[in-house]
Amino acid sequence: MIPAEAKPRLASKARLRFDRQTERYLLLYPEKGLELNPTAVEVVQLCTGEHTLAEIVARLADKYPKQARTAIERDTLTLLAALADRGLIGYEA
Amino acid sequence: MNETHRPYTLIAELTYKCPLRCVYCSNPLDYAGHGRELDTETWQRVFREAESLGVVQLHLTGGEPLVRKDLEVLIQEGRALDLYTNLITSGIPLTRERLQRFRELGLDAVQVSVQDVAAAASDRIAGLPSFDRKLQVARWVKELGFPLTLNVVLHRENLAHVDEIVELAESLDADRLELANTQYLGWALLNRRALLPTRGELEHARAKAVAAKERLRGRMEVLFVLPDYYSDLPKACMDGWGRRFILVSPDGLALPCHVAHTLPGISFDNVRDHPLDAIWRDSEGFNRYRGEDWMPEPCRGCERRTIDFGGCRCQAYHLAHDAAATDPTCYLSPHHGLIVAARAQAEREAGDPVELQYRTATLMPRA
Repeated sequence: MIPAEAKPRLASKARLRFDRQTERYLLLYPEKGLELNPTAVEVVQLCTGEHTLAEIVARLADKYPKQARTAIERDTLTLLAALADRGLIGYEA
Repeated sequence: MNETHRPYTLIAELTYKCPLRCVYCSNPLDYAGHGRELDTETWQRVFREAESLGVVQLHLTGGEPLVRKDLEVLIQEGRALDLYTNLITSGIPLTRERLQRFRELGLDAVQVSVQDVAAAASDRIAGLPSFDRKLQVARWVKELGFPLTLNVVLHRENLAHVDEIVELAESLDADRLELANTQYLGWALLNRRALLPTRGELEHARAKAVAAKERLRGRMEVLFVLPDYYSDLPKACMDGWGRRFILVSPDGLALPCHVAHTLPGISFDNVRDHPLDAIWRDSEGFNRYRGEDWMPEPCRGCERRTIDFGGCRCQAYHLAHDAAATDPTCYLSPHHGLIVAARAQAEREAGDPVELQYRTATLMPRA
């Protein structure tokens, strides 16, 4: 379990790129790419190593007041776990 | 053609020249007979046209791309187009200064190949004393802040070393380890008797690779794909013909894969003569094996046809002499006996020394 005060940081090998054909963002890394949905893009853009997990969730909850905070938290954690599995996210102490 | 055909990756084979002579080289056997290389401006145009088509990944490869003096300019062009720019290299010849320059120009990632875990064995497969220099280059890659992919082509001489290969990759702090089982086309097909492992050798290696993959999850990506000779099911070669990849050969042919130009009776267009989008959309070569209309039985009625796309056309041609046949690695192929026989030969000859045939410009390969 990742503590709420951990600060996720996108690995330097990963790069967001807007895709004109799909009008979505791709997260590119060596020889691969992931298509991200708009909320995932917002999470990834906040993974600078400066914001804690709790802050990221709070910021999204503010922006999307109609969504349950628990759902936002769950989706964020699922995304970060998937990215960490691929070595695309690290955590600052 | 429709929206399911979008190229994401351009494989730019900048040259067929290479100081190494690997016995499984993916370049065609007659590489030396190909025409002059594309110039810098043409490659830049090809990159731009590829990006317009939807390409986001650029692989700078060869041969050995480092022998191109304009590699710096091409890296710069790739990054100017916001392409994720990968250098796929043997690491020879390279200085730390040149690699640092690539870093400054925005090169995203570097893939370095080694042939085994010790100099003698690695150099034997490469046909050149190169192992120690390759390790030096891999260390520079990490020191300069690039992500490192370590690529090792697997065959019967090094399959037993998978644990040591993983150790080597860890000691180099590689981000990605490709344990790539030999694909038996071109030079590798010529050397198949020397390279094809037994099922037992392969299963041992696979178990070790699976364990390493689990242990290193999140730190190092470990890739190991069961080779098609032992899976009884064909691979989705290149994710399907003309679906996701464009390869441009050193002399400018736009191709669906590394060796498609070895198939007889198909014309492939040259980027010198046509824009890339016209070639991708309309050329005879790219459309030849798209979709399902070309498929024979048993592919045509098979539920896996949308998964493996009938397998590898080049394998069908080079083994069964019919590029439109079901890939012989499929257990349903009428030619599957060829694969079974090759496996039986590997069992019979396990441990026997077989002479290697090195990549060379003068050898005239058997037909």
